[in-house]
Amino acid sequence: MTELSKSGAALGEPTSGSAAPTSFLEVRDLKVHFPTDDGLVKSVDGLSFKLEKGKTLGIVGESGSGKSVTSLGIMGLHTAGQYGKRKAQISGEIWLDGTELLSADPDHVRKLRGREMAMIFQDPLSALHPYYTIGQQIVEAYRIHHDVSKKAAKKRAVEMLDRVGIPQPDKRIDSYPHEFSGGMRQRAMIAMSLVNNPELLIADEPTTALDVTVQAQILDLIRDLQTEFGSAVIIITHDLGVVAELADDILVMYGGRCIERGPAEKVFYEPRHPYTWGLLGSMPRLDREQQERLIPVKGSPPSLINIPSGCAFNPRCPYADVPKDNVTRTVRPELTEVGSHHWAACHMTQEQRERIWTEEIAPKL
Amino acid sequence: MSEDKAVTIPARSEGATTLTKDAAPGETLLKVTGLQKHFPIKKGLFQRQVGAVHAVDGLDFEVKSGETLGVVGESGCGKSTMGRLITRLLEPTAGKVEFEGKDITHLGVGGMRPLRRDVQMIFQDPYSSLNPRHTIGTIISAPFKLQGVTPPGGIRAEVQRLLSVVGLNPEHYNRYPHEFSGGQRQRIGIARALALNPKLVVADEPVSALDVSIQAQVVNLLDDLQQELGLTYVIIAHDLSVVRHVSDRIAVMYLGKIVELADRESLYRAPMHPYTKALMSAVPIPDPRRKNTKSDRILLKGDVPSPISPPSGCRFHTRCWKATEICKTTEPALIELKPGQQVACHHPENFEDQAPQDTVLLTVAKEAAELVADEVLAESAETSAAVAAEVAEVAAEVTVAEEAAESSESPKGESQESTDK
Repeated sequence: MTELSKSGAALGEPTSGSAAPTSFLEVRDLKVHFPTDDGLVKSVDGLSFKLEKGKTLGIVGESGSGKSVTSLGIMGLHTAGQYGKRKAQISGEIWLDGTELLSADPDHVRKLRGREMAMIFQDPLSALHPYYTIGQQIVEAYRIHHDVSKKAAKKRAVEMLDRVGIPQPDKRIDSYPHEFSGGMRQRAMIAMSLVNNPELLIADEPTTALDVTVQAQILDLIRDLQTEFGSAVIIITHDLGVVAELADDILVMYGGRCIERGPAEKVFYEPRHPYTWGLLGSMPRLDREQQERLIPVKGSPPSLINIPSGCAFNPRCPYADVPKDNVTRTVRPELTEVGSHHWAACHMTQEQRERIWTEEIAPKL
Repeated sequence: MSEDKAVTIPARSEGATTLTKDAAPGETLLKVTGLQKHFPIKKGLFQRQVGAVHAVDGLDFEVKSGETLGVVGESGCGKSTMGRLITRLLEPTAGKVEFEGKDITHLGVGGMRPLRRDVQMIFQDPYSSLNPRHTIGTIISAPFKLQGVTPPGGIRAEVQRLLSVVGLNPEHYNRYPHEFSGGQRQRIGIARALALNPKLVVADEPVSALDVSIQAQVVNLLDDLQQELGLTYVIIAHDLSVVRHVSDRIAVMYLGKIVELADRESLYRAPMHPYTKALMSAVPIPDPRRKNTKSDRILLKGDVPSPISPPSGCRFHTRCWKATEICKTTEPALIELKPGQQVACHHPENFEDQAPQDTVLLTVAKEAAELVADEVLAESAETSAAVAAEVAEVAAEVTVAEEAAESSESPKGESQESTDK
């Protein structure tokens, strides 16, 4: 099976309408807005994607691009009104295995959460409860969804700890989170999220807090577990190296919207959005000869309260004036197909982008 | 904020040239010998010392004027402590720090003050290193006030010049830190460090809190400033690709020790210490075409041991796939095996074995080797053998030449001796 045909299956064009989708996970026009004193923060502003079982989608973007908000939105963790009295305003559709989550009964979603879909958080020290042992926390996660005795649940927890590579799991199960090192905590959290065999696993920056040698261990583990359990995985990260290792498809977010998505190979080798070029140029790379200079993206990410009109990237885009009539500053570009299963939102014509990529950007990378 | 444009350095105005003190490039600016820092662990009613965290445990290195020394290592390896020791924010337990030939190891606060002009630090977190109640004008002018320096043209003009040097709008003099983004705050930190025209700048994880696109801006800024102002950097970071990009020489630290110190090219092309090799192979490569080539990655078993009771001998022996008995008993010295490449290892990669008589692997090493692909092991054995043969050849030639000239030992014998000490 070639790379392309494998990854192509996981991603399709955005569809509208409310018919139940055929994909395992489908997000349609998701919007998550937060009312604040300063104005409406549009963290996610119209995001659509599909994901099949057994595939990995990598969501990449800078801080504040809406990656984590998207994942919390899918998990249904925004509706609880945790922002004081104000609730997040969520619209769109999230279909998980034939069920629409946003309009579903919260009790039903609670049953799915942890069982059908689980999450690995960035910082295991704050995601694990310091007062309970690792074992108690895993057992609780298991017994909420399975009617089994404590003993059976504990046996299962030991199995899971063993599976994620914690030495002496029958002893370590009684340890508290502070007795574990960072890498072990992350392993314990992975064990907890996988204890119910979820079909969708969302990993939000799972390795950002870890050292590189530990990161390698964890990435390896996530990859192996995915093959073993056949779950769909969404991996959220700012590290292009990590997505390249794991993802079949990549979705690049900027200012709350998807600006490019497609099979990993396409996004790395034929990117069709200037922001993706910027990300690739900003990154020093170990696998290449030493670059003279990095090519940063100028400026800083936009405020989500005042997203620039037109293309959100236009104030930082070196090619903002290539399309005519100032269109980049007035009209918001929609995602258009630029190759098979490859989409980008840019006003420049295909030919212009191809020319700029091959002549100006690619040789400098 | 549109003023945050691409990095350009405005020419220094004639009058504004403060205190130019140029050490000739290539001269040793900072020299560290046997540097140690142990943090005591105290317990009980009388706070009796029951142990110590061996954060930094014997470092020897030099920093030459005008160069950039990169320091990499995992968390807990002592790299930040090292940074704080050479800037004398901490007092060393033992060892010696010399700056421009002057011993600064035990200088008091007052004694250090004149030196603070020359040695400055850039901190990791631009949110906690700027006082939220001070305007950035106050923050950047603080060094002048503390040192009692009045730059020509006045403090305000100089601060504004510094702001434009780091790519910020000079009119933002009166704003507060919270009005700036992370990248801009890091620029403010850099402006403050540059205010007194230092010779040595120690940057502790200067870009790790920033987004990728902003990271590149700051890396380029540091680069430009070095060329413009002839700065010397010690850059501490955990990101190997960033360190490779900015450094001339790189020190790799593990559990309070330098395990390898080499110039950039040699280190990345042919790392000698197994830890360096494992560390570099662990970096995820942003290339989806290599996704399924897992083979060249060396996975290390377990975690870094506790610095409270570091392992005997070579500190890496508990996780190394090449460890033998000698690694457990004898600590390898940091010696120059190749010109410009110092390594502390009995069984280096890409070089002849320093303890060839010791061939029996420890059990831990056998376990560790299971995680290393066979090709990698085979390849490393091959290169080591090839280098050994080469060295033997050279040694043979040398002996022939020596016999003729009735001269002393071969270089091989020398290095052998120093390891066995």
